[in-house]
Amino acid sequence: MDKKYISLNTLPLGERAVVKSLTSNGITRRRMLDLGLVSGTVVEALQKSPSGDPTAYHIRGAVIALRSEEASKILVEIN
Amino acid sequence: MGLTSQSTGMGILVNELKIQLTTPDDKVIALAGNPNVGKSTVFNSLTGLNQHTGNWPGKTVSNAQGKYRHKDKNFIMVDIPGTYSLMANSVEEQVARDFICFGQPDTTVVVTDATCLERNLNLVLQTMEITDKVVVCVNLIDEAKRKKISIDYNKLSEMLGVPVIPTAARNNKGLMELMDAVYDVTHGIITNTPIKITYDNTLEDAINMVQEAIPEKIQNKISSRWVALKLLDGDSTLLESLNKYLGFNILDDAKLLESLKAAKAYLSQNGIETEQFRDRVVSKLVTVAEEISKKTVTFESKQYNNLDRKLDRLLTSKTFGIPIMLILLAAILWLTIVGANFPSEILSNFLFWIEDRLSDFFLWLNTPEWLHSLLVTGVYRTVAWVVSVMLPPMAIFFPLFTLLEDLGYLPRIAFNLDNFFKKACAHGKQALTMCMVKPIMYFFKKGQGVLPCPLKSLSLYKIQKRFRLLFQMRTDFFHLKLSLTVNVLPGVGYGDSGYIHNLHIQKANERNQMVLCNSRSCHTERNSAYCGGFARKNLRLIIANRARQPVNKVFQNT
Repeated sequence: MDKKYISLNTLPLGERAVVKSLTSNGITRRRMLDLGLVSGTVVEALQKSPSGDPTAYHIRGAVIALRSEEASKILVEIN
Repeated sequence: MGLTSQSTGMGILVNELKIQLTTPDDKVIALAGNPNVGKSTVFNSLTGLNQHTGNWPGKTVSNAQGKYRHKDKNFIMVDIPGTYSLMANSVEEQVARDFICFGQPDTTVVVTDATCLERNLNLVLQTMEITDKVVVCVNLIDEAKRKKISIDYNKLSEMLGVPVIPTAARNNKGLMELMDAVYDVTHGIITNTPIKITYDNTLEDAINMVQEAIPEKIQNKISSRWVALKLLDGDSTLLESLNKYLGFNILDDAKLLESLKAAKAYLSQNGIETEQFRDRVVSKLVTVAEEISKKTVTFESKQYNNLDRKLDRLLTSKTFGIPIMLILLAAILWLTIVGANFPSEILSNFLFWIEDRLSDFFLWLNTPEWLHSLLVTGVYRTVAWVVSVMLPPMAIFFPLFTLLEDLGYLPRIAFNLDNFFKKACAHGKQALTMCMVKPIMYFFKKGQGVLPCPLKSLSLYKIQKRFRLLFQMRTDFFHLKLSLTVNVLPGVGYGDSGYIHNLHIQKANERNQMVLCNSRSCHTERNSAYCGGFARKNLRLIIANRARQPVNKVFQNT
């Protein structure tokens, strides 16, 4: 079993992954938590905006757009 | 004329928390909920008020109040800003939290979205930590039905320990039951036994240490467990509000301060610093919400949002996303600008025909020239001009904009354009006002020069509530409109126009401050792609500077 953590912004479209930890701090971190991005949450990358950023993710029943600078601070694991 | 921190900033929000009871029997009901769950629709359906509802976050910046009568009792309903959490990360959240905690509502109704209940339960759980008197209203059940989501309301109510009422406020479904439940909870006919969230042992120990030390005089007023939790969390905004509410500094209590220090030391011994503390608290809330949702919500078809996804893929695709958007926006712009010409002309012909008749009438009355000029060529003509130029585009633009809103296209525009706006330290949501309003304003400014003025002058009157959107738009065009007000108003030629100008500007400043809070919510919104802290600070700075500029100076500049 080869398991490695990647940041969410590198998750290929259409793939699912599980949130492992957040590396952001302060308000951004709280905001991510409020979005339901706690450890163990399943996230699916849906699609990128026409200019490539932000990316839409399916998180706990809602589609949420995250900029790559925020998504890069979320570590996930692909099953 | 002074703009104090009271008349701008938080002052506005705080002031609007004040509630006037007509009889001592009146009950105050707070209406909380995530943004976009139809809170305002519930509010309007119950109170009969026509507050503009809209599909963008932060619409309800300050509190709208309305009254309804049920079983011969008056209920005053307060529509508080939509938030995802009560952790006070933004002004809205702070206002919402302060009202639930310190506004002493008799009951808090938390409106939730049936189509993503799990996400909404977070706020429900947080509210229930503050108060027992909660009624959960699961709104948009019609939408959930369409998406083949079924919810076991009885079980949900059992698990949460508070009444759960399914509603479809748009169709007035379930509102009677909601009013019944609110009545029962408010009058103590039903006693709630809200689910108690137990954190892990270390956290619980620390909470107990602090809770025990909380003075009795506070315990009667608010949940001491919750205060303990927040003290440990180190939420300074709460401490501020709490002290204000109590009228003394809670941390002056030596015993409490000591326990708090001890508890914090205990936590850090166990490797839990403030940041981790909050992580654990939030994670727990999220997991509890997940558990409850798992047991009560069933998705009959796994692919319930297949069509939505396909549409999304098209509307935000690399090839078609931007062209589709441009075509749509151009079509709306064309309809508004060109389409408005015809009704505009008819209206202006009609109104100016009346002006001629009025002139005839004044002539017949033999009134002095100055009176005729003041009333007919001054007041009437300006009003007629404004109405004929202004009304048609508004009557065309707003329904179209509402249509886009209801179809949910606006967030997609924001998504498409965010990257470009980011470059200007803004966020995609600002695209909504920029792309739609700026061109319209531009064309009208070029064409007729007077258009945006009525926005401002009328805004002083009743349309304030109806056209909140206008105010949102106004942020972007503050200067433009300011200058136009100054240009056009003297034409009306009555009274001390200087005073009127100043009033306008002050009002405008106040409004802008409110809009500013609005924009904040956009940043710190669910689409946290948009929570650019830098942009937020910048915006605040700009607006704050504008607000502080002396009124007369503003004139000279324009």
